[in-house]
This record gives sequence, structure tokens and C-alpha cells, in this order.
Amino acid sequence: MTRNAAISLTRIAVIVGGIALLEVLCRRHIINPLTLIPPSEMATSLWHLFGSQKIWDDIAQTFSTVAFSFVLSVAAGFALGALIHALPRVRRAVDPLLASYYSIPFFVFYPLLIALFGLNTVPLIVIGFIFATAAMVISTLNGLDRVPRVMTKTSRILRLSPTRAIWSVTLPAAAPYLFTGLKLALAYSFIGVIAGEFILSGGGLGYSIAYAYNDFDNQTMYALMMFVLVIAVAMNGALHVWEQRMLKKRARA
Amino acid sequence: MNVVARLTDVSRVYPPRAGHAAVHALGPLSLELRDGEFFSVVGPSGCGKSTLLDVLAGLSAPSEGTIEFEGKPVAGVVPDGVGVVFQEDASFPWLTVEDNVAFGLRRLGMDGAEIKRRVDFAVGFMGLNDFRRAYPSQLSGGMRQRVCIARTLVLQPRLILLDEPFGALDQQTRLLMGDELLRLWRETGATILLITHALDEAAMLSDRVGVMSARPGRFIDIITTGWARERDSAIVADPAFGAVTARLWSLLRSESLKAIGAKGA
Amino acid sequence: MTQAWSGLNSRALDALVLVTLTVAIWQGLYEYAGEAAITSPLATLGYASSLVKTSSFWTHAEATLAAFAYALAISIVLGVVFGLILGFRRFAGDVAEPILVALYTIPKVTLYPLILLIFGLGVSAKVAFGVIHGVIPIILFTLNAVKNINPVLIRTSRVMRLSPWQTVSTVLTPAVMPELITGMRVGFSLTMLGVLIGEMFASQRGLGFLIINGINMHNVPMTMAVILIVVLFAIAANGLLLAFDKRMHRT
Repeated sequence: MTRNAAISLTRIAVIVGGIALLEVLCRRHIINPLTLIPPSEMATSLWHLFGSQKIWDDIAQTFSTVAFSFVLSVAAGFALGALIHALPRVRRAVDPLLASYYSIPFFVFYPLLIALFGLNTVPLIVIGFIFATAAMVISTLNGLDRVPRVMTKTSRILRLSPTRAIWSVTLPAAAPYLFTGLKLALAYSFIGVIAGEFILSGGGLGYSIAYAYNDFDNQTMYALMMFVLVIAVAMNGALHVWEQRMLKKRARA
Repeated sequence: MNVVARLTDVSRVYPPRAGHAAVHALGPLSLELRDGEFFSVVGPSGCGKSTLLDVLAGLSAPSEGTIEFEGKPVAGVVPDGVGVVFQEDASFPWLTVEDNVAFGLRRLGMDGAEIKRRVDFAVGFMGLNDFRRAYPSQLSGGMRQRVCIARTLVLQPRLILLDEPFGALDQQTRLLMGDELLRLWRETGATILLITHALDEAAMLSDRVGVMSARPGRFIDIITTGWARERDSAIVADPAFGAVTARLWSLLRSESLKAIGAKGA
Repeated sequence: MTQAWSGLNSRALDALVLVTLTVAIWQGLYEYAGEAAITSPLATLGYASSLVKTSSFWTHAEATLAAFAYALAISIVLGVVFGLILGFRRFAGDVAEPILVALYTIPKVTLYPLILLIFGLGVSAKVAFGVIHGVIPIILFTLNAVKNINPVLIRTSRVMRLSPWQTVSTVLTPAVMPELITGMRVGFSLTMLGVLIGEMFASQRGLGFLIINGINMHNVPMTMAVILIVVLFAIAANGLLLAFDKRMHRT
């Protein structure tokens, strides 16, 4: 078997084995059932939840909030990134800010946003937006940087109009890196929204997890936690695989 | 005529791994390196030149055959007295030029004054005096190779192996570095084995040139140039130089075609 | 010399412009939203400077710093050790890396209830939050630092006949240092974030608690003052680490 196949199989074995181990430890009460329920129970509990309306309302709320945050941050991030790229002086000023951006614990602004906008989804969208936009800006700058000079020269030799040049040369060349930005923007929007809902909110999946925790309702809590985990992994995983394919096709020495 | 290193029926086969068949990279080949000679190895790409160097230096053990250095067997361990200059830049980016050169001596616990003497000599010899305090990242590729050569030089090796050390440099710099290598050779009296894909380089620098076949590499022929010890790149004017180069190419041409063909369509 | 100075000056100018812009936007928001929602920049600064003179503030600050210090130490030790193991054992590293990257991108807040159930409310839970945020990037950076060790360095060590210990201490360690430092810098910020978030809903002490408490008590000035202090600390600390990081990467 090839090395790659061996790696993938081992990885699957590790994950499945880990879950199986957890299952056994929980069933035998080696792990306190008040602390953690077996994965199989999480699954069945989740299945039952799907029958009720509540979880679908939560899903709708969380996903729509994430969607808002995602679309806004991608649009703003791309626009800002392109603008900054075109103005080197501004870029020099902003670069240190971007480099240190993620060292600022933006989460501490969340209570403030609630004071400003009230206890609704707006603070969540704003927090997701703040998290995600910078990643999109950085990825856009990176992507535009990496359009090889020789390609820009080629479009000038071919005497393409500026619009044609951007559409047919610049954007396709930058595409893989822009896609990375999309991937990060989605991940960060999701993290920001769920975390916000968890800490202080009136609805959504994060809120329901916190509610179930306060209610000592481990069944519901773990079911929802597992759901969020699986969705996050699936979403990010799919985008990651897609992104890697894109980068591989474009790999330059 | 002293033999400083000897390879006898040496073969190197890489064992089969997941998804790949076994690779017969080298041999069987035999070679006797004479004390103090300048020997070049040329051959088509993939013929096993680098494997030859690895095995001779003790960096990897042969699958068959024996290797001797100064009369003692070599197998998988680098013996004392062998220096290697690699194709890629092997300078330590976190040390200055001076510290890079002194590196090998410091760990031997040598006396400070002796270290200084040797480092001063090597740095001066390789023309690095103005760059002693610089870091490799501040230097060009050619200068970095000189740092690597100086670092090898201070250890006073009796056998110096060089694996396409000038591969990344432009032609003019290569010619200059070739002259430097000859200077180094005469000054130290060491035996030199140079691996190169540049036929003119091999022809102008060496006492003997070994021509390797396509993989698995064996010596098709070993050509003696007969140059005087005091030589430099001006030798290109000598008509014999053209003859040597032509002879090398005629031997290599068919092997090179084989190597390209062997790589598949 | 003048070129270096003008570089410094233009950077200082840029920083000044950015700060002024931020304060202007802040003031604008204040005018728009009013006293009940946020406090003006000046008032916040005033409140903050009087706040740092109180001993109660420092009780909370020390709680945060203590938890942060523990969490960072654990993150670094675990992160570097596992990163080294996974970096040198190539197969294990290749198996584990996507799993770690996946863990990095999930909302870690989802694991908080589990942490609380294991550790209960209190310092250990805060430290645990900090660690789960900070350890993964350190592992990943360390792992990649080892993977990216230039093979020619190892061959050089063998040619110089270095002992295994000499190879590790004089060649491999300096070779991986720059990447390790970057990993620790990222881990620093994330660990701090984890500790603060933990304090925001699972503690009665600490700066994170003060922030959320301010909102609950309708004491907006205090919330804003603490946020300002925390953000300034984060920027300053990161600035120092970034300078150190750049020095390590000068090569």
C-alpha cells in the first residue's frame, strides 16, 4: 500500500479508535456519567432533537448569523484588501496592524457590542465580522502579491484593457489565495458567532448549549456540542480539501 | 603512488519501499584514488554520482563491495580526515561567517589560539576577510559556498569531496571558483574528488576524469588529462583541452540519451 | 543613518495616524450612541487611570496574570514536546497534522462545558481554557519547524562527525528556533484570549470577569476601561514578542 494510503488509514483508525475508547470508558462508568455521556448516546439524543422544532430554529438562527457575517466580511475584506494593495503608502502604514491583529483579544469587545446594539444577533454579526474580515484582507493582499510580475507584463503585451486584465489574469492568478481567505472567513465567522451565542445571547446553537449546561441537561448539551463539532469539521474539512487541490494545481517551484 | 581511497566492486541498491520497487542506484564500480590527485566524476543525470559521494564519505553504507580510506574500511560512518562540500548551501544561517568557519574546530575542544590561526587562514584564503561578521543571508550564493569551503578547509581534511558545488552559480563565477579550487588543492595537498555535470569544468580542473554510465552508474572510462600541477582556467586555450572535452562528450552522449529515455516519455 | 531615522519617523507617523483615526471613530460612536452605551475616549482614559490605582483592580489583574502564566507555561511545554515528537516521527506527524489543524479551526467554546464539568469552576478551568487555545498552534509550528529542517544541515553534522547530542544542541536547536519562537508568540496571544473568555463566564475573579460584570451592573465605564487596559497590554506584549521574533528571523 502506498504511504499516503497508510497515513489516511491510520488516521481514520486513530479517530475511530478514540471514539470507541471513549464509548467504552463512558459505558463502564470509568468516566463519570455526570461529566460525559457515551458518544452513542450523544448521537441518539441528537437524532431525537432533530424531531423537535427547537433545534431547527437554533440551526436557522446560527447559520443565518454566520452567513451574514461571512458574506459581509468576505466582501469588505476583499474590497479593503484590493484597496490597500493599490495604495502602497497605506499598506506600509497598515501592515504592522495586520501583523498584530490577531493578538488582540477581540472577544472582550463583545459585552460592549451588546451594550451598543442590544441582546440580538447584531453583536454576533459584528464580532464574526471583526474576526473574519482581517483574514480576508490578509489573504487578498497575499493573493494579489503573488500574481507573478511576468503575468502582469503578459497582459500588457497582449494589450488587454484593465477590466479584462483583472478579470482574466489577476483574479485567476490570485484565486487560490482568495479561496484561502474564504475558508478562513467562514471558520472565523463560525467561531465568533458560536462563542458569542455561548457567552451571552438569546438564541442559536451556542446559546442552547449554554442553556442545557445550566440546566444540567447533559443529553441535550452533548448532542448539540457534537453537532456543532461535526458541522465545523465537515465544513472546514471540505473547504480545506478544495483549497489544497487548487493550490496543488497552481504550485510554482 | 599512494592510494588514499579505494572502492572495490561497490554497489548501492535502495531497498523496495511502499509503492516503489528496489532502485539499483550505483555500481558495481571500482576506483582507486591516488594521493594528492584531482579527480572529477561526470555522468548523465540520475546515474548515481551523488550516491557515489555518499558511499565514499561514509554517509551511507554500500549494499555490496568495500570501501577503504587510508587503508581502513569505511561503512556508514564518516572517517576522520574527509571533508564534504555539498551542492546546496549548508552554511548555518544563525552564525556569522567567522563562527561558521570556526564551528567544526570549536567542538573539537581545540586551543583558542590554534582555532584563531586556522580560521584567519581559511577566511583569508577564501577571500572572506571583509565579511567575517556578516550572516550568510547577507551574502550571495557564491560567497556562501566559499564559507562552506572555508569551514571544510579549517579541519584540514586529506580527502575533499565536492558535489556539484558550483551548480547554482553563473558561468563566469564558476570559472573563477574553479581557479580558487585549484589554488586550494595546491596549497593543501589534499586529494580532491569533484562531481560535476559541466564537462569543460571537469576537463580543465582535473588530473583524471571518471565517466559514469547511465543508472546504475559504472565507470565507462577514466581519462587522464596530463595537465601540469600549476594550472588555471587559461588552460582553455590549450588545444588538448578541446580534445579532452570532445572525448568526454562522445562517451557521454549515448549515455545521456539513455538516461533521458530511461526516465520515460 | 538619516535613512534609518526617516524610516522610524514614518512608522511613528503611521502609528500616530492610526491611533488618531481609532480615537476619532470611537468619539464618533460615542456621539452617536450616547452615554448609556459607551463612554468617550477621554472619560475611559480617566476611569482607567483611576482604576489602576485601586487595589481591587490589581486583585483581579493578578488572578488573570497568574492563570495566564500557568496556561502559557503548560501550553509551551506540551506544545514543544508534542511538536518535536510529531516532527521527528514523520509518520505520526503526517497522521496527526490534519487532526490538529481541524481542532484548530473548530469553535473551542464548544468544549467549554466539558472543561467545566471536568475541572469545575475556578482557576484550573481558566487555565484549561487557556491551554486548549494556545497549545495547538505551538504544536503545529514546532512540528513544521522540525519538518522544514534543511536535510543538508544533518548531512553536514554527520560529515563533521558530531555526536548525536552535539547535533541536537549546536545544529538542530538553532535551526528550529525562529519557527518555535513564532509559534510561541501566536500561542501567547491565543492563550491569553482563552483565559479571558474563560473568565467572562466561568469565574468570579479576573479581568474577563470585570468586563462582563460591568455590563451586568450597567457600569459601562468600567467595562470600557478594563477592555482598554487589556487591549493595550495585548498590543504592547505582542509588539515586544514581534520584535524578538524578527530578530530571531534576521538570518
